[in-house]
Amino acid sequence: MRLRREAPAPEIDPARGIELRGVGHAYGERVVLADVDLRLTERRIGIVGANGSGKSTFARLLNGLVVPTTGTVLVDGLDTRTQVREVRRRVGFVFQDPDAQIVHPTVAEDAAYGLENQGVPAAERAERVAEVLERYGLAGHADHPAHLLSGGQKQLLAIAGVLVMRPARIVFDEPTTLLDLVNTRRVAQVIEELAQQVVVVTHDLDLLDGFDRVLVVDEGRVFEDGPPSLAVTAYRSLMVHR
Amino acid sequence: MTLALYVPRASVIHRAPAGAKLCALAGLSVLVFAVPTLPVVVGALIGVVLVSLVAARLPAALLVRQARAVLWWLVALFVLHAMVTDLLTGALTVLRLLALVLAAAVVTATTRVTAMVAFVERVCSPLRFVGVRPARIGLVIAMALRFIPLISERADRIREAQAARGGSVRGLRGLTTTVVPLLVQVLQLAHTVSEALDARGADDVPMRRGGPRAA
Repeated sequence: MRLRREAPAPEIDPARGIELRGVGHAYGERVVLADVDLRLTERRIGIVGANGSGKSTFARLLNGLVVPTTGTVLVDGLDTRTQVREVRRRVGFVFQDPDAQIVHPTVAEDAAYGLENQGVPAAERAERVAEVLERYGLAGHADHPAHLLSGGQKQLLAIAGVLVMRPARIVFDEPTTLLDLVNTRRVAQVIEELAQQVVVVTHDLDLLDGFDRVLVVDEGRVFEDGPPSLAVTAYRSLMVHR
Repeated sequence: MTLALYVPRASVIHRAPAGAKLCALAGLSVLVFAVPTLPVVVGALIGVVLVSLVAARLPAALLVRQARAVLWWLVALFVLHAMVTDLLTGALTVLRLLALVLAAAVVTATTRVTAMVAFVERVCSPLRFVGVRPARIGLVIAMALRFIPLISERADRIREAQAARGGSVRGLRGLTTTVVPLLVQVLQLAHTVSEALDARGADDVPMRRGGPRAA
């Protein structure tokens, strides 16, 4: 008889933040990230880079959607390779295209989806969903079909669907790319007001105002790492000389 | 295009359990087919309309919209029966189908998708013993309702893009030039949706959900 080996209880240490140790990732032969060693503890972190630079893969590494080919990613001490469920409870992910993230037909049902997965009791689910929809101006749309929302409202619903799960950290993958100026400002304001640690992948350099740290990713490596003024200048220079 | 037709109202029909409404719909279907007489079928149709307007307090426009959606099918059926069988059979067939279409619309308009999905999950719960997760079946139904309008919109966008470039959007050629890019888009979407499901804890789904669903 084979004894089932129990996984060791995770040791969670929020002070450790997100650690990438010798991280690399390749899709087949194509290397998209190499030799990344970082520790992310700041509250607001931006990631910029050209198309195909590896920044979306970088973002996906942070909550275990992508597992590194080499090295280790640790979130609060949890390994994304072996403790992915716990990692995903701690790191929410907002996708570029909200249509891909909204999986239920109506607004309230979709906002409740993550809580159902976590086994949150119905009464608490209803309360938390009502609260988050109210906060993002979607309370009046609770019973509306999600696909009839405007682009900005869909992105807010996608954010609400993540925030309702109360993750400690949230990764945004180009959250304003599909939005007009008004909705871009609204989403920027939402991000600014979040108490959680946020990591934002973006092409919108204005979104990085007031951020604590910005990484410039280029050809699978971290090209620059510093405060927004320094990193954005380095990024502009890099793009001009390309 | 919308498949999510829930119309919020504070009515006794809205409060009724999804299972009871679906069973009533099934019962009505059996009745109008098992007893194909004009009084029964007309009675069923009147009953459905009364339940819709009075008990469920749904707008009459909803019933009209549903009836209009199947109008040409009903006309075609009636004409076919008039030629092949007789007028009475044609009338019975048309009224029977109309009653069922409207009854289905009443169930859809008064039942949240989550309640319906929860009922389906309960019905499928014995499948747990053969390794099937009822929650997954429910999710598939909900996602179908969510993504059919979205994919329809994307097909429209592809057709518009092709028309804008002078391409044909009609006939077999129009169909093939729409289907291939749509298929590519749907596959890309499916990949991202699967990531989103992972990110939102789809793998955490318990074998049995605790308690009724939230609003």
